[in-house]
Parts: sequence; structure tokens; C-alpha cells
Amino acid sequence: MSVTSSTPKHRELGLTDAELDLIVEKLGREPNEVELAMFSLMWSEHCAYKHSKRLLRSLPTEGPHVVMGPGENAGAVDVGGGLAVAFKVESHNHPSAVEPFQGAATGVGGILRDVFAVGARPIAILDSLRFGELSSARTRYLLERAVAGIGHYGNSIGVATVGGEVYFEAAYEQNCLVNAMCLGIAEQERLIRSAAVGPGNVLVLFGALTGRDGIGGASVLASAELTEEDAAKRPTVQIGDPFAEKKLLECSLELLELGLLVSLQDLGAAGLTSSASEMASKGGLGLDLDVARVPLREGGMEPFEIMVSESQERMLCVVEPERVAEVIAVCAKWETTATAIGEITDTGHLRVRNGEEVVGDMPVEALVDDCPLYDLAPEPPSRPLYPAPEALLDPGADLRDTLLTLIGSANLAARRPLFQQYDWLVGSRTVRRPDEADAAVLALPDGSALAVSIDGNGRRVACDPRRGAAEAVYECAANVACAGGEPLGLTNCLNFGNPEKPHVAWQLTEAVAGLAEACAAMNAPVVGGNVSLYNEAPDGPILPTPVVGIVGRLPDAARAGRAGWAREGDAIALVGELRPSLAGSELVKLRGEAPAGPLPELDPAGIRAAHDAVRDGVRAGAIVSAHDIAEGGLAVALAECCALSGLGARLEGAGEGDEALFGEAPGRAFVVSGEREALADIPGARVIGAVGGDRLSVGGFEITVDELRAARDGGLAAAFA
Amino acid sequence: MRWGVVRFPGSCDEVDALLACERAGEAELLWHGDRGLRGVDAVVIPGGFSYGDYLRVGAIARFSPVMESVITFAREGGLVLGICNGFQVLCEAGLLPGALLPNTGLRFLCGQVELEVCRTDSPFTGACPEGGTLSIPVKHTTGRYHAPAGLDSGQILLRYAPGHNPNGSEQDVAGVTNRAGNVFGLMPHPEHAVDPLIGGSADGLTIFESVRAHVGDLVHA
Amino acid sequence: MRARVLIRPKKGILDPQGQAVERALPALGFAGVSHVHVGRLVELAVEDPSRLPEMCERLLANPLIEDYEIVEDELVEGATAPGDARPEVESRPQDAGWTPRGGNPQ
Repeated sequence: MSVTSSTPKHRELGLTDAELDLIVEKLGREPNEVELAMFSLMWSEHCAYKHSKRLLRSLPTEGPHVVMGPGENAGAVDVGGGLAVAFKVESHNHPSAVEPFQGAATGVGGILRDVFAVGARPIAILDSLRFGELSSARTRYLLERAVAGIGHYGNSIGVATVGGEVYFEAAYEQNCLVNAMCLGIAEQERLIRSAAVGPGNVLVLFGALTGRDGIGGASVLASAELTEEDAAKRPTVQIGDPFAEKKLLECSLELLELGLLVSLQDLGAAGLTSSASEMASKGGLGLDLDVARVPLREGGMEPFEIMVSESQERMLCVVEPERVAEVIAVCAKWETTATAIGEITDTGHLRVRNGEEVVGDMPVEALVDDCPLYDLAPEPPSRPLYPAPEALLDPGADLRDTLLTLIGSANLAARRPLFQQYDWLVGSRTVRRPDEADAAVLALPDGSALAVSIDGNGRRVACDPRRGAAEAVYECAANVACAGGEPLGLTNCLNFGNPEKPHVAWQLTEAVAGLAEACAAMNAPVVGGNVSLYNEAPDGPILPTPVVGIVGRLPDAARAGRAGWAREGDAIALVGELRPSLAGSELVKLRGEAPAGPLPELDPAGIRAAHDAVRDGVRAGAIVSAHDIAEGGLAVALAECCALSGLGARLEGAGEGDEALFGEAPGRAFVVSGEREALADIPGARVIGAVGGDRLSVGGFEITVDELRAARDGGLAAAFA
Repeated sequence: MRWGVVRFPGSCDEVDALLACERAGEAELLWHGDRGLRGVDAVVIPGGFSYGDYLRVGAIARFSPVMESVITFAREGGLVLGICNGFQVLCEAGLLPGALLPNTGLRFLCGQVELEVCRTDSPFTGACPEGGTLSIPVKHTTGRYHAPAGLDSGQILLRYAPGHNPNGSEQDVAGVTNRAGNVFGLMPHPEHAVDPLIGGSADGLTIFESVRAHVGDLVHA
Repeated sequence: MRARVLIRPKKGILDPQGQAVERALPALGFAGVSHVHVGRLVELAVEDPSRLPEMCERLLANPLIEDYEIVEDELVEGATAPGDARPEVESRPQDAGWTPRGGNPQ
């Protein structure tokens, strides 16, 4: 994406000639420098969703628990007792590929702000990461630094990181994915929206000073493909300051508790431009702001730089004029700068002044709503998109060696080397931490709890975007069910390649259709999310990676499920119809095969019945351990239950051969344990073995629990040596 | 008894500490910018990143107004418990011997550790099992204890059990007192081990109960 | 007066950051590297440079675990490149065997 000096300014900023013509038409004149910069950001893919907005309208967004749906900084669901949980997942892929530590850290900072911008106190972070193969030095560098960045921000601000997932595939070598999800808790009546209200009210900017961080980030980094020259883009990456954010968080919540704010909005991508125009747009109003009043970190900043700066840790609020002094005083208590920079008007225009001089004047509608939306031109790929990976498993390997190799592979090995770098304790709510259950469980004040999980499986989506994306929803819901939770709402992050390419458009269109079907089937409305497109390197797109996060609730925290076996002598049962398939599985990957082939048909009613059976059994105490059968199939799920508990298992009715043992069927079926008589009452449960001994005996072979643990623990540890 | 839990702008575990203290008495938060301790019987300096800790852990916090009061309180024999960042702050303030350095592994580390109780005749460990162990989590990047020359081994109240030293601390020190025995700092987080439902262990509660028993004895003596 | 304060781990204090760098450099093909220590640099403008040692003792360094070295730069805008201004060096090595390195090539 090299830019020559002869390139017209608007194209340099990512606008097409037709888009510029439309801007000229809307303004009735040529835009000046400030206006062009603002339009280029607001009309970028990152802000305007111009290639995905029409598709996203097909997702179900309504449900009995939804308190706040898409369109606000974060969505929120009712969790009972007058409380709501606000949550959202967001990507920070391109910044992390350029500078992984700061990219990942500011990704966490950004999603935290989204949550406290609606008035909720952040209580948990989960992350979904994708990197190239671990054999690559670049991957190990990105992994190490991104994990350190997530930990740096979350640990320092005092929000627990309670879960997440990470996978390694060559297709992410150039475009790693760093998606962060945050959830926060609030009294329902304290939730606040971002719409500007009341002409004459004052616009107050508070938080960190404004510098030249991330100038053009939204358009440059998030809306175009990355190339080899990206090291040169480093200056645009923002630097995170968790201490500043901690003060901003406490300050924002105190302002809300004192009832001092009319509306609140965080500053993220596209900085003041996006925040101010979104607030005005949602309120159907206008606003005037003065860039000369914005407190700056460095001198000599141009008005357009102030308007587009992506300096972190800033918020914008609307305040009644007589309360401005109180707002500034609360901010001072938290050592946070607060400045009145403008006021709400009824003009429907966003007017930017620099002191006395008007330097920009645009209809809010033109900035926010008039960006052209593009229809995709989807077409299934005519040839395979992804090359075959390197074979890591000897074709003649027996089942025993196959299982040991699988459970020690980068994608399946124990995640402890990552999550031990995160504070999962702070807040005194974490009932189930990573590796204890399929979902994180967080206690609520009334004795109930939240179950939260984040999931995605790019290889299965590459095989069949529609079914693969639906499987991601089912698998995530399965994790929540294993903890005893019922889904209340869902957030998603759609990570795809360049949507202007027909095969990527097809992946995206099919995947959204699959998500819509599965969300409807599971009664999991989408309350918010994020789209990250153009994740593409010269040798092709990333695997299509819709990541979903589900928040569920269980009535009794003390009854939260666990993944590992609980007791010697318990029976082991299979719940749900497994229908294993080797397409896109970990096994065929280790054998050196590209993701391909049809995925089995999905049976939403049957899947839902299996989830209900497991959830009810966990809640009743009949099921004492529950684990979903996902990557690596039944044998890996069994091995994980052994490794987590230290107890062996003997299986008789588990089937034999590759497909039965290692075939995958995400979200459909579960391995559970409990007393034999208790399991007999679980609908659809079929006893296949018993817990006990020091080894796993399945499919005609045996492995000791110690061997399983050694293999599983060693897989990622080397990367963090 | 009444506990005071200091709150700096970058404190993270102050609410957790407050909840733990409330299991062993009454408790309130003490704002870093205020002087005076409102007559509390014991002070907790909680974990977190007090003032961002960009210069050096705990270095700025020790100069805060509330810490002036804490230093006076400690010199007069008041009970002060510093957890993690609070331990670092107390070392920087000169109330405890030694200093805390980056973990030998250089990474933040969160996990459960076993601690050996070295003595139970202190106000902070009186309720702990004699010669027993406690299972309490650690979470820090800068927890490697550096002992000053001449540290009296009697000042060491808690040691990491063999194989559990997470950070390279000298002599496996997990927690030390001052010579007078009224100021105690430790890297592990007893406030995160007070409820078996959350974290799987309630061993940390014994630290808070020890203090309550000690204060109760003083009142009744 | 502008000054730089160089802060580094005291000799004898385990410096895992320095060790990590010392291990990483040969892996990148830089042979013959030893005695690596990682510290901090504080740049500041002060009206009364005679108070710098006190600032170091009380806040900027922790004398128990760190040595510091004060390098005073001339207050001439743009004229001070490290090494050619022959800055006055005031250091406080705790241990006779510990040679301050900043400002003294070899």
C-alpha cells in the first residue's frame, strides 16, 4: 500500500473518488483538511461497517433478557436482582500485528472503556488469540508480547482475566488476531447511553491528554491489508496507560453514581471525531466543539490532528451547565483532567472551532449515516484457499501415539503458560478459573453466578462457513452449559479477509447466516460486537474466524460445574449425538491436510436438548463433571478430564478408530460423570465407562495419567521458556 | 475491632481486602489523600499498582499523606499489614527490611502456593497452625525478596514451601515483620483465600483472624 | 541545569533482565557480549543540581538494591550529545569493584 506523492489526498486517506464526490454533494462544496480527515475516518470500514452493515442486520438482537442491544458502547442483559451485565468483544488485530505488546494492551483498554462507558464496572476479561504456527520465531514473539500486553493492562487495572482461547495456524502468520471481551456489572437503572441530550448542555472531555497517538489508525491500520512495509506504520500505534485508565474508570463510575452525567461515550478508534459525531447522531442533535480547548500532550498539533488523535484513556460526556464544576471536581479527585470543550446544539451540524475560527462544519447525518453501504459479491472459491500444513504426525502412528501427539500439540496443550500470566482472582468472584471448567464462573452478590466463554474455530469455518460459524455458537453455549449456565446474550467479532474479494465475501455472508441460525436456535440474542475485515497478507486471507462470546447465568454459584473427573468409581456418560467428522479436525491438520470437506448437518433441536440435559444435570448435582467434545474429539476430551483431575478412566462403549475417537463435532455432545443411578435420569445419557485408576483406557489402548499430563503440559511451555 | 484499608488511585485489591477484613471485624477504606486513620485498630495496605508504579514499585506511594499517618501509627506500635504492593510500599517506606525485585522469570505469575508458617507467636500468625502450611495465591511481577544484611531469621513469618518459591526470593521468604513485630508484609494474597467457593482455600482468613485475636487480647488485657 | 540519572542494579543483586538480554544477543548472532545490566534512565531539568543526590537517595533509586549515577548536561539547547560534552559525572558506587559505565567509554 505504498503511497506516492501524486496520490490525491482523499485516496491517501482511503476514500474512493465516488465517496469524495458524495461528500462534496453533501457539503455543497469541497471539504477542507479537517473535514476530509474526519470524513475519511467516519467513512472507513472500521467506523462505518460499509461492507458488513447490511449482513449484520440479519442477526437476532432481541430476547427477554436484553436490556441494551447493539449500537451502544456495549450491550447488556438482565441477570436478576436489579443487576445488568454489559459485555462486548472487540478486535485489535492490526495494531497487535504491528506492535503486539501495545496493540494487545490497548485492545484490552479499549474494551474496558466500552464497558464502563455504559456505566458498568468491568469484572472480567476474556481473550481470543490466533497466531501463525509455533515453529515460527515471529509467532513466538507475537505470542509472548501479546500475552504480556494483555496481562500488563488487565493485571494493572485490577480486572480479572478469567478465560480465553488461543490457536496456531499458518494463515494467521502475518495477521494475528487479538480479540478481547470484557464484561461489567451495573445496577440496571445506572446504565447510561451515549446519545447527546439537551441543547445547551456542555460537552466535557476528561482523561488523558491528547497527543499524536494513532493518527489515522482506524483507516490506516484497521481498514486495509497489511504489507511488508508495516514496520513504518509503527508511529501510529497507541500506547496504553492502565494507571490512567484505572483513574478514568473510577472517576467515570463516581460521576455516574453522583448522577452528574447526561450521557457518556468513550474515545476509541477515530478519537474525538467518532465519539462526538456518534453522540450527536444518536441524539438527533448537533454540537459545537473547540479544539483550542482540548488539553494537549504536545505542542503544535493541527486541528485535524486533535480531531482524529487516538490517544488512549479518554472519555466524553454531556453535562448540564450548572453541574460542570462538580464534574471537574470529581475528576480532580481522581487526578484526571476534565475540560469543557463544547456544547450541544439543535443545528444537526458538527461544528469544529479553533478558538474563534470555524475550521469544520458538517451535517452530523452526512458523517454518520450517509457513508455508502456496499453489497458484497459473494462467490464460493473455485480452488482451495489454504495450503496444507506441515505434517507433524507419522502416517503410521498408532492410536496411542496419535492421542499423545494431539494432546501435546500447540492447539490442544494446556494453556497454563498463558493464563498464569493473568490475574484471574481480583474482585473475589472467580468461582471457576481457567482449566477448572469449560466456562469461567463468576459469583454474583445474590449467590447466583455468571458463566462466560469465548470460542471460535477457523478451520471448521474454512471447511464450511455456514455450519462452522453455527458450530462456534453451539460450542460456546456448550461450554456455558457445562458450567450449569443458560445463555442470556451473545457478542461476536467477525474476523475475515478482504470483503471486496468474492471468496471472502462468500465466507462472510455464509458465516453470518450460520451465526444467525444458531443464535436463534439457542435463544442467544446478539447484543453487540465488532467486525474486523482486511485480515489478509499477500499470500491470502486468514481463516474465516467468527469469534463468539456468550454470557450465561446459573442460579447457584456453589453448584457450578467442573471439567475434570470428581470421584473414583463414578460412571462416565456421553450426552448428545456425537456425529464425529474429521473435516478440519486437529487430527487431519497434524497429518498435513488442509481444512476441507463437508461438515455434518446440524440438528439445532437435538443440540439444544443435549445442552438442556447437561445444564439441568449440573444444576441438580447429578452430573459432577461435564466437558464438551471439541477439538481432538472424544479421546482428547476424555484425556483432558483425566489430566485435569489426576484420575484415570476406563471406557468400554466409546467406539474405535480415528473418526470415533478423534472426529470433531463442536457443541453437539458432552462427556459427563456422576453416580450411575443419577446419570440414568439424564435425558439422552449413554454410559460408556467409569472413572478410576491411574490410566486412561480407551479404544484398545492405555496411557497413564502422568503421561497425559506431561504431554499436555509440555506443548506450550517451551514457547515461554 | 476496626480495620482500615488504604486506597491509592491504582489499588486493585482494596475491595477484596475490605471484604476479607469484614470477615474478621469491621472495616473501612482510607483514602490516600487524607491524613489520619480515623481511629482504626489495624491498617492494611492492599495490592495493586498504587500510583502506577512506573518509577519503581511502591516508590511514590510512601510519600502520600495517608502513609505519613501510617508511618506514625506503625512507629507507635500500631498493627500494619502490607499485601503484595502493600509489602513493596512498606519496604520503600522503611517500615520493613529489604526490597522486592523482579521475579527471576521476569513475568507476572498468578498461582496457588504453599507457605510454611515459621512462627505463631506474632500478632499476624497467632491463629495459624503451629508448624503448619497455608495454601494462598500469589500474583505479581516484582516479588523476589532481597534480604538486607543482618536480617534476623526471627522476622521471617512465612516461607514458600520447598518447590513453591515462585519468584526467586532469598531464603524462600514470603513474609517478614519489622523488629518490633507490629508491621508485616507478604507477597501472597491472604485476602484472596478467605472463601472455599472462590479460590478453593480459606487459609488466608487465619492471618486476619490472628490480628483480630491479638487486638481482642489487647482490649481485654 | 539538565541532568540524567542512570540507575542500575547493584553489583551482586541478581539482574534477570540483564541476563535475559545477555542470553538473547548471541542467539541473534552478536557474539562476545557480557556483563549486561538493565537499568533505568531519568532525564530531568533542575534549578539546584546540588540536590540531585538527595533526590536519588529518597525517590529515584532504592539505595538498597540500586546504584545511581548523575550525569549533568550543559543547559545548551541541542549542543549536548552524550559522549562529546564531557559531562561531570557524580556517582556513588557502593562497591569498589563496581565501575560505572555511563559516560565513560570503556
